[in-house]
Amino acid sequence: MVEGPDKQLGEAVLEARDLTKVYRMGEVDVHALRGVDLTLRAGELMVLLGASGSGKSTLLNILGGLDSPSSGTVAYRGADLTHATGAQLTRYRREHVGFIFQFYNLIPSLTARENVALVTDLVSTPMAPEEALEVVGLGPRMDHFPSQLSGGEQQRVAIARAIAKRPDVMLCDEPTGALDYRTGVLVLDVLARINQDLGTTTAIITHNAPVGAMAERVVTLADGAIAETHENEAPVEASSLRW
Amino acid sequence: MKALDQKLARDLRTLGGQILTIALVVASGVASFTTVRGAYGSLARARADFYSAQRFPDVFARCERAPRSVLERLEQVPGVAVIEGRVTEQASLPLPWMTEPASAHVVGLPPGGPRLSSLHLRSGRPPRPNDDDEVLLSDAFADEHDLAPGSTVPAILGGVFRELRVVGVALSPEHVLVVAAGDIAVDNRRRGIVFMNEDAVAAATGREGAFDDVVAQLSAGASEEAVLAAFDRILEPYGGYGAHGRDRQLSNFILSGELAQLENMATQIPPLFLLVAAFLLHVVLTRLVQLQRSQVAALKALGYDDLSIGLHYLKLASVIVALGAALGLALGQWFGGGLIDLYRDYFRFPTLEARVDVATAVAAVAVSAIAATVGTFTSVRSILRLAPAEAMRPPAPARYRRGLTDLPGVRRFVPPALQMTLREVQRRPVRLLLSSLGIAASLALLVLGQFFGDAMAWLTDTYMERQQRWDVQVTLREPRDVGGLATFRQLPGVTRAEGMRQVPARVRVGPREREVALQAMVPDRGAEGLQRVVDSEGNVVEPPVDGLLMTSKLAEILGAQPGDGITVEVLEGSRETLTLPLTATVEEPFGLQVYMRSGALHAALRQEPMVTSVLLQVDGLAASSDAEAARDLDQRLARMRDVLGFVHRARMIQEFRAQSAKNIGVFSLVLTLFAATIAIGVVDNNARVSLSMRRRDLASLRVLGFSRAEISEILLSEIALQVLLALPLGLVFGNAMVTSMAAGVADPEVYRLPVIVTAQSYAFAAGVALAAAAFSALLVRRKLDRLDLIAVLKTRE
Ligand SMILES: Nc1ncnc2c1ncn2[C@@H]1O[C@H](COP(=O)(O)OP(=O)(O)O)[C@@H](O)[C@H]1O
Ligand SMILES: [Mg+2]
Repeated sequence: MVEGPDKQLGEAVLEARDLTKVYRMGEVDVHALRGVDLTLRAGELMVLLGASGSGKSTLLNILGGLDSPSSGTVAYRGADLTHATGAQLTRYRREHVGFIFQFYNLIPSLTARENVALVTDLVSTPMAPEEALEVVGLGPRMDHFPSQLSGGEQQRVAIARAIAKRPDVMLCDEPTGALDYRTGVLVLDVLARINQDLGTTTAIITHNAPVGAMAERVVTLADGAIAETHENEAPVEASSLRW
Repeated sequence: MKALDQKLARDLRTLGGQILTIALVVASGVASFTTVRGAYGSLARARADFYSAQRFPDVFARCERAPRSVLERLEQVPGVAVIEGRVTEQASLPLPWMTEPASAHVVGLPPGGPRLSSLHLRSGRPPRPNDDDEVLLSDAFADEHDLAPGSTVPAILGGVFRELRVVGVALSPEHVLVVAAGDIAVDNRRRGIVFMNEDAVAAATGREGAFDDVVAQLSAGASEEAVLAAFDRILEPYGGYGAHGRDRQLSNFILSGELAQLENMATQIPPLFLLVAAFLLHVVLTRLVQLQRSQVAALKALGYDDLSIGLHYLKLASVIVALGAALGLALGQWFGGGLIDLYRDYFRFPTLEARVDVATAVAAVAVSAIAATVGTFTSVRSILRLAPAEAMRPPAPARYRRGLTDLPGVRRFVPPALQMTLREVQRRPVRLLLSSLGIAASLALLVLGQFFGDAMAWLTDTYMERQQRWDVQVTLREPRDVGGLATFRQLPGVTRAEGMRQVPARVRVGPREREVALQAMVPDRGAEGLQRVVDSEGNVVEPPVDGLLMTSKLAEILGAQPGDGITVEVLEGSRETLTLPLTATVEEPFGLQVYMRSGALHAALRQEPMVTSVLLQVDGLAASSDAEAARDLDQRLARMRDVLGFVHRARMIQEFRAQSAKNIGVFSLVLTLFAATIAIGVVDNNARVSLSMRRRDLASLRVLGFSRAEISEILLSEIALQVLLALPLGLVFGNAMVTSMAAGVADPEVYRLPVIVTAQSYAFAAGVALAAAAFSALLVRRKLDRLDLIAVLKTRE
């Protein structure tokens, strides 16, 4: 994929400073993050790489206001999230963040359309659920329940659900983790297109190093710290990825 | 529709059966609450209305015979507003279709009609003035014998036989329940009330210009105690038996006892049901919400705030509560109506309408709603407290531990399915405990539902069997000397005849007093006698050689200890006041009695031994096979001049049983129904929740190659474990509930219920739980057979 002419980088959307996260597991402390500095810039597509257990999910959850760090700060467009109340975090998630998880986390009792409506009910200027589902290519399967959809289709419903509220930031935790290669590519392609067309700042977690090729920036985590940051001069199309 | 409400609608539909069973549990709680309280409210209201409409008096007194001029003195007693003297008599009614004569209390109607205790006419008209043979009958007696205006009734009144013409059927507030003195049960067949013109009664009994019965209404603020004392003083020279207030008026006394009992039941049992239902509602809702743990987390990640998530689940709970409440109120209305229909036969009020007590209904629904709200919010909160990231993470593989069943020796004997269940239990003991507690609570309610019947059966079958070894009890017109017993021994079939002396008396310690009968057996055969003193344990107790043996409840009322002196005012004959020592007390389930040895009693009275009633043991009667012989005996007894009336023990007990079967039986049937519903609801819900919680595990096992039977076994052994643990717990709870009910429910002056849980009752309760378990097991099995493996594994709940 080639950068769009009107795409502007630079302004910081999310800024993490010196993040640490310690889980107490009985007698032992698990240091999931050991001082991470990371800035997510407006409109950027970032891929977060790292081995299993390196702290990727922990970092993403903290960025998305689902979890709080043990120390360090996170700011969204200059506003501190670390000291935000539960209600403020809820507002932040509701208005600005779209999540995508490895296990989709759809509500099994709701159809694809209704799962998306769950989000459009919440915000003032959403996309129509149908439109969001068209974007991910699921128009014809709108009235299917999750159990009637394949894994890739369920993940695309989850994406539609995330984009329907026109979020500022998309945080995707192993969106292809449960999918086969072909379906995985399809999902990544949808994410790239949304980043491109809507200008949504996007962070994608994966443990598949080749996926980094589609990003403008690749950050590699190892053992709770950033091991390497790599800027891509020429990101490629998702469909040309191989792993 | 909002997507979240859509989810609610879908969840409701999916949960379908489960929602219905929870709603049934709520309905049972609400219904038992409103049924019993409603019945109590209806009766209390009917009594209050009846008493005020018919001007039920405040003070009652009887004497041998006093000139009417004494009435003026009574009227001048400060505090007396209205006074009425009456002429009354006992009559026997030898109805041709009965072998033992019925007895009647005959009440004279003053010329202008009664000013107090006016009659409510059900049918017919009052007797014409100056007509000596026209009468009104009490309506229960008339119903029992199909008597109506136009019928005639034979009567022996003042020793003279006459035919009475029934002109009407009426209700009196003094005779809502008609109990012959000394009887244990209402007997509308053997006892009736006859109202006729006062002049006619006076003429028949030689009481012209006199009265033997007086009632009064007090003015507001008057001291009843002072009036009673004044009445006693004024009536003393005329053979006064002691004035009393409403509390000791026989019909009202029994009625109050029954109402108090019902009120106690209404205050104690239904809240218990409601609490159990609320507890279950709480547990079940908690689990329902727990099952949706990751959905809650997903909603939170999407930006739903805690309040809207909480409200979403609250709506689910409200639907259940609303359904349960509606069902419960409807059921309560229906059962309440049925209960009132039954009571209508027993309590003779002009109008007795089933009422729904709005406050009760509101309270019942509110308790359920609160339980639901608390249950929902606590569990939603426990999920919301987790960071959504954590709640959403695929649940960490549960940490199972090796336990006792893993010991090498044990292991071999524990099949894998049971092994899995036992590990699950070791991991989540609280969950198993809560499930078992719920089942145990419903078992306890079932045991309680059986208790009243058991207690009554014990009283009639065990207790009275040991106490009374006679077949027929004969009441004599006048006390007679012991020689008179010989006549009874000569009756055909009679193998033994023993006398009983009863002396009406007032026992007193300081300001506390009760009217009782001193009772002695003549001749005194002690433990070998036909009527024995038996304590609540079933042991025969012999009265001490001197002094009084008293029901311990009576001693408690008087505040007397063995060794204390009791003042005994004899209320007949020379009317002496004696001081006798209280020698011993005996725990008894019925009434308030005072027993003495014949020797001690007659020595104190300075009389030769006399008998007031005769107990007969009759060959073959007990088997009731010989109806011909029984009829022959009845006819011979009825012809004896000394005999006022008599009663067959077998018939009396049958009557008592029929009555308690009707009142208590229906009541416990209703309780049992509700308790069974709750038991089924609990067991079924536990099974369903276990199924949903372990659906994924079980599906995975199926995928691994386990058979349907094998995965069913895992779940079914869990259900079995819950029920097995609940069985002993239920027995313990049931016993505790029965103990607290037994103390609270009976009116202690009439009877005290023994704490009895029979093996049958417990077996019945256990049977209901096991049947419910079997039914749920079947249901679970069917659901497992239909388990859609792919769908389960593809989505996360
Ligand atoms: N709730 C938790 N409790 C304890 N340890 C945790 C928890 N969540 C994550 N961890 C640990 O933190 C580390 C980082 O986890 P995570 O961020 O999920 O890694 P990744 O997403 O890169 O695989 C791992 O060692 C993991 O075991
Ligand atoms: Mg991860």
